[in-house]
Amino acid sequence: MPEIYYSKAVNEALDEELARDPNVILIGEDIGLYGGAFGATKGLFEKYGAERLWETPISENSFTGIGVGAAMLGLRPVVEIMFMDFVALALDQIMNSAGKLHYMYGGQVNVPMVIRTPGGAKGGYGPSHSQTLTNLLVGVPGIKVVAPSSPAQAKGLLKSAIRDENPVVVVENKRLYPKKGEVPSGDWTLPLGKAVVAREGDSLTIAAYSSMTPVCLAVAEAFAKNAGIEIEVVDLVSLQPLDTETLFASVRKTGRLVVAEEACLTGGVAAEVAALVAEHCMDSLEAPIARVGAKDMPIPSALQLEQAVLVQPQDVVAAVKRVLEY
Amino acid sequence: MNQLDNTTLLGMLQRMVLIRAFEENLMGLFDKGLLGGTSHYCIGQEATAVGVIDAASPKDWLVSNHRGHGHLLARGLDPARVLGELMGRLNGYCLGRGGSQHLCAMDLHFLGTNGVTGGGIPIAAGAALACKYKKTGEISIVFFGDGASNQGTFHETLNMASNWKLPVLFVCENNLYAMSTPTSHAVASGTIAPRAAAYNMRGTVADGLDVEAVYFTAKECIDRVRAGNGPELLELMTYRQCGHSKHDARVYRTREEEADMAKRDPILTAATRLAERGVPQTDIDAAQQAAHDEIAHATEVALAAPKGGETEALSDLFA
Repeated sequence: MPEIYYSKAVNEALDEELARDPNVILIGEDIGLYGGAFGATKGLFEKYGAERLWETPISENSFTGIGVGAAMLGLRPVVEIMFMDFVALALDQIMNSAGKLHYMYGGQVNVPMVIRTPGGAKGGYGPSHSQTLTNLLVGVPGIKVVAPSSPAQAKGLLKSAIRDENPVVVVENKRLYPKKGEVPSGDWTLPLGKAVVAREGDSLTIAAYSSMTPVCLAVAEAFAKNAGIEIEVVDLVSLQPLDTETLFASVRKTGRLVVAEEACLTGGVAAEVAALVAEHCMDSLEAPIARVGAKDMPIPSALQLEQAVLVQPQDVVAAVKRVLEY
Repeated sequence: MNQLDNTTLLGMLQRMVLIRAFEENLMGLFDKGLLGGTSHYCIGQEATAVGVIDAASPKDWLVSNHRGHGHLLARGLDPARVLGELMGRLNGYCLGRGGSQHLCAMDLHFLGTNGVTGGGIPIAAGAALACKYKKTGEISIVFFGDGASNQGTFHETLNMASNWKLPVLFVCENNLYAMSTPTSHAVASGTIAPRAAAYNMRGTVADGLDVEAVYFTAKECIDRVRAGNGPELLELMTYRQCGHSKHDARVYRTREEEADMAKRDPILTAATRLAERGVPQTDIDAAQQAAHDEIAHATEVALAAPKGGETEALSDLFA
C-alpha cells in the first residue's frame, strides 16, 4: 500500500471526486494556482479550471452561503475555510442555513455540501490561527462533523462527505498534514458516523480524535512496553453524530475511560463523551472518567507558551495513571 | 412610460389585494390565538413583489426574507398552504417547521424566506452560480431590505457575484426603516443603489409603489442579467404602512408621514389607473372581491387541516 501525506490524501480525494462527479465544485480562498494554504488543492486548478474551482475573495460567510445556494440546486460544493478559527466568520451560514434548511423547509431541499477546515496548533501560529473549535459545531443539529486522524481517514472520509446528502464539516489538522500513512489506492470510502478501535486493550479506554489519536496511540504503546498494560484506543472519527455503540462497548470492556482532545476542555467533545458514558455505562465504570484537553485559554504564539496551554503527552500519561490507580 | 394592457394590470391588482387581504387576515387570527410567534407584514409594499416576480420567468429562482408573504403569494404559492404553514398545519409547505420566515416551495422555484437579515443574499448567488454552471438559462432574484444592505453578506456577495458575472438580480426593497432605524441614520450613502458602483455593477432606482414602473424596470434588469451581463442591483423605493412586526407602536415616525404615504398606496394607485384607462369599476371591484374570497376560502382550508405533532418535530434532521 502506498504511503502518502495527509495533505496529499485530501488532494487525491478532491481530485477523484471532481473527476467522478461533474456536480462537485470547490470554493475557497487561494485554492487556484496557489493550491490552497496547505496544498490541499495543488494541481487541481490546472486540471479542472475556473469552472470547477471558484477561487474567492476573503468573504468566508458569503462564500459558504454561496455553497449552500449551489447545493440547494444540486451541486456538491466543497468549501475550504483556510483556518478553523475563521469558521467563526462563516458560522451564520453553517448554523442558520446549511444545518437547518433540510429540516426547516420540510425536507424539500438537501444541502449536500462539505466544509473542509484545518484546526489545531502547529507551533507558533498564535491565538487566531491555532484553535480546534469542534465544540462550536457539535452543538448545532443538522451538521455532521468528522475529524480524520490519518491520511487514509482523510481520504476515505472526505470522499464519503462529498457523496453525502447533508452538510458535513471535515476537521482536518495542520500538524497532521505533513504526516505520512498508508492509503489504499482505487476508489474506496470510509463510512461517516463510525468510530474506530485504533488499538485493542483491556485495562483502560482512551477516546481521542484528530491530532490526539496518534499521541494517545504512542502513550498506549509506551504503557504496553514499559508496564505491560494494554490500553484500548478508540478513535472517535465522527464527532457528530458520536458512535456511541463502539465507545460504550469499549468502556464496558475496560471499565475505565480517559477522553483526550486538542480543543479547550469546557463544553466540548470530551465533555459530551464523558457525559454520555456516565449516563449509559455507570455500571461498568471502575473509576471516574478523566478528560484531557487544552486549558481554557487562548493559544499563545510563543512556542513555550503554546505548549503550556495545549495538551502534552505527559498530560495523557498522568490522566491514564490517575484513572488506573483509582 | 411603458404601459401594461388592462387585463394584465387588473391581474396584478388582484394579486396585490390578495397579499394585503392575506396579511390583514393574519391580524384577526393572531387576535383569536390561532397564530403563534410574530409576523412581518408587507402592507404597502405589495407592488415590489408582484412587479418583479411577474417580470421574471416562473423558472427563475426566488429568495426572500423575513417579510416574505408578498413574494410567496406573487409567485403563486397556494395561500391555504402558506397560511397552513403559519398555523402549524400539515398542509403547510414545510409541515409547520418553518413558519412565516422559513418557507420554501421548491416545485415553484422558491428557495425560501429567510429569518436572518441578509442571510439569503449569498444563497441566491449560489443558486445563480449553479444556473451558470449548468447553463440552465435561469437566473436568481433575491429580495432584501435597506437594513440587509448593511450586512456583510450584501457587500461580500455583490462583490463575488460581480467578479464571477453571476446571473443574479439583487432587489432592495427600501422601505426607509430597518425595523425602527431610518436609512438616514444607517445608510451612509443615503440610498442603496449607489453602492452598486463599488462592485462594478449597474444600480437602478425605481418607484416601488407603482407596480407598472416596478414591472418594466425589473424586466429590463432581468433581461440584461439573463443575457449574461452580470448581476445588477435594483432599488425599489417603497413604504411599509404597518409596523415592523406584530407589536410596533411606530414611535420612530409621524402619523402625518404615514398619512402622506398612504396616498401613494400601490393598490389605490393601480385601481385608479385602471379606472382612468376605462376599465369598468365593477370589474375592478370584482377582482378585489375575488382576492378577498380566495383568502376566506384559504382560511377555511387551513383551519380544517390537521396539526403536526411529534413526528414532524422529530424527523428529517438529515436527508
